[in-house]
Amino acid sequence: MKILVVCGSGLGSSFLIEMNIKKVLQELGLKAEVDHADLGSAKGSGADILVGTRDIAVQLYDIGSEVVSLDNMIDIESMKTKLIEAIDKLKK
Amino acid sequence: MLFFKFLMNDVLSQPSVLVGLVALIGLLAQKKPVEQIITGTIKTIIGFLILSGGANIVVGSLSHFGTMFQKGFNITGVVPNNEAIVALAIQTIGSQTALIMACGMAVNILLARFTKFKYIWLTGHHTFYMACMLAAILLAAGFKGISLVVAGSILLGITMVIFPALAQPIMKQITGSEDVAFAHFGTIGYILSGYIGKYIGDKSKSTEDIKMPKGLTFLRDNTVAIGTTMMLVYVITALFAGKGYVEKELSGGMNYLVFSILQALTFSAGVYVILAGVRMILGEIIPAFRGIALKIVPNAKPALDCPVVYPYAPTAVLIGFLSSFLAGIVGMFILIAMKATVIIPGVVPHFFCGATAGVFGNAMGGRRGAVIGSFAHGLLITFLPVWLMPVLGNLGFANTTFSDADFTVTGIITGNVARFFGSTGIYILIIVLLLVLFIPSFSKRYVDTAKSQKTV
Repeated sequence: MKILVVCGSGLGSSFLIEMNIKKVLQELGLKAEVDHADLGSAKGSGADILVGTRDIAVQLYDIGSEVVSLDNMIDIESMKTKLIEAIDKLKK
Repeated sequence: MLFFKFLMNDVLSQPSVLVGLVALIGLLAQKKPVEQIITGTIKTIIGFLILSGGANIVVGSLSHFGTMFQKGFNITGVVPNNEAIVALAIQTIGSQTALIMACGMAVNILLARFTKFKYIWLTGHHTFYMACMLAAILLAAGFKGISLVVAGSILLGITMVIFPALAQPIMKQITGSEDVAFAHFGTIGYILSGYIGKYIGDKSKSTEDIKMPKGLTFLRDNTVAIGTTMMLVYVITALFAGKGYVEKELSGGMNYLVFSILQALTFSAGVYVILAGVRMILGEIIPAFRGIALKIVPNAKPALDCPVVYPYAPTAVLIGFLSSFLAGIVGMFILIAMKATVIIPGVVPHFFCGATAGVFGNAMGGRRGAVIGSFAHGLLITFLPVWLMPVLGNLGFANTTFSDADFTVTGIITGNVARFFGSTGIYILIIVLLLVLFIPSFSKRYVDTAKSQKTV
């Protein structure tokens, strides 16, 4: 499974969310390839799950991957819930 | 001995290797498995080489732009873009930049550990850019070798805690909590916007009660945003430079409009490559820094990149960008009228920083705060680079420069201190700034609250 976190220039916020996701996955005992990139690179990345804050996520829906839209970059609990939801959907 | 000499002169003088070494140390300190240590180190070195490749792409495009602008308007035109200037700079001052960055992060950890300012600066690309700018300025001021790295990294570490501390009062207003700290080197512009908002605005009339079209969200895509605006800028410049001149001197016969469009898109392509390189360089270094910092500093406050505030006021984000960008255009015409070096409004700084200024302005002064505050921010980031360029040494002659307010403010202050008071001036500046950070940390009130916090 490949998870790609996306933000405007793919340097700061997406990287931070990536670090948090890696921590959460470790807690959950799940294995996935997690990376971060800018908006322009999201298409064609082949990621199963795309993650972004709400304002970025609106541009991710038509790519075709599962999208996790975060209301708040730093709310790890809600990110965890949404991520688990997306992973469950993929498994179906 | 011969091997040591080879190591010092031929291997470690290569900035890419030096950066790789920093990553290697970080990975070893975290006791990562061998395969991760190898891939991490190699990726970091490759990231640095990608950066150099991107610089070559950008340089070509920028020099054509510079020539056309000079011909068309008879003044120097500069496109402020952090990525471009840093990629250019590291060709010559890469080693100094790498050392200042690594040691500066250590200074950040020490300051957070021993003062009351618990901020850990996690916006790695800005650490990198600030390290690069400080290296350029100190070199231009005559610093060399160890004294360059020592002065540079202490200054860098100081900026990494002072700026989040300055932003914190308004951050508290925006997020409603003390937990989130802010790390983006545009702080001076944001707090300017915030305090202007406070005095002339009305906090209760928030931007978030206005409905705005969401059509401009495509500008969040860096590559597209730079490509689109640069096309406009290049084509207008080409029109002024004239068909004959461009086709004879620059394009080798290619139609001048097609040429300028392709050059504009080449600029965007170069920035894309540079971003990919920066991402790869930081990939191992920042998680290591975060891991080590959070272990060493109790009650550490991670300070985060500017989009952290966007979800709190999405409409202010849009208003801030538009207002700041408008100010950039107004400022550009003022500079043209003054026959000064002309700063072309860059869409990236106005988008990211203008948007943030909008959020800060709104938090303190509602709609009026967002509009006027970010307009003031836009003027600020248009005029400051003009004063920064003379203290940047050789880099001051590039057709690009640093954009965000804290780079320019820090650069102008340290550059001018060095120019008028020499290295002694820089050391005094460092001591004063350290006192500013340490004195409040040992005041009775802080020590008391720190003690009571520990017992809770």
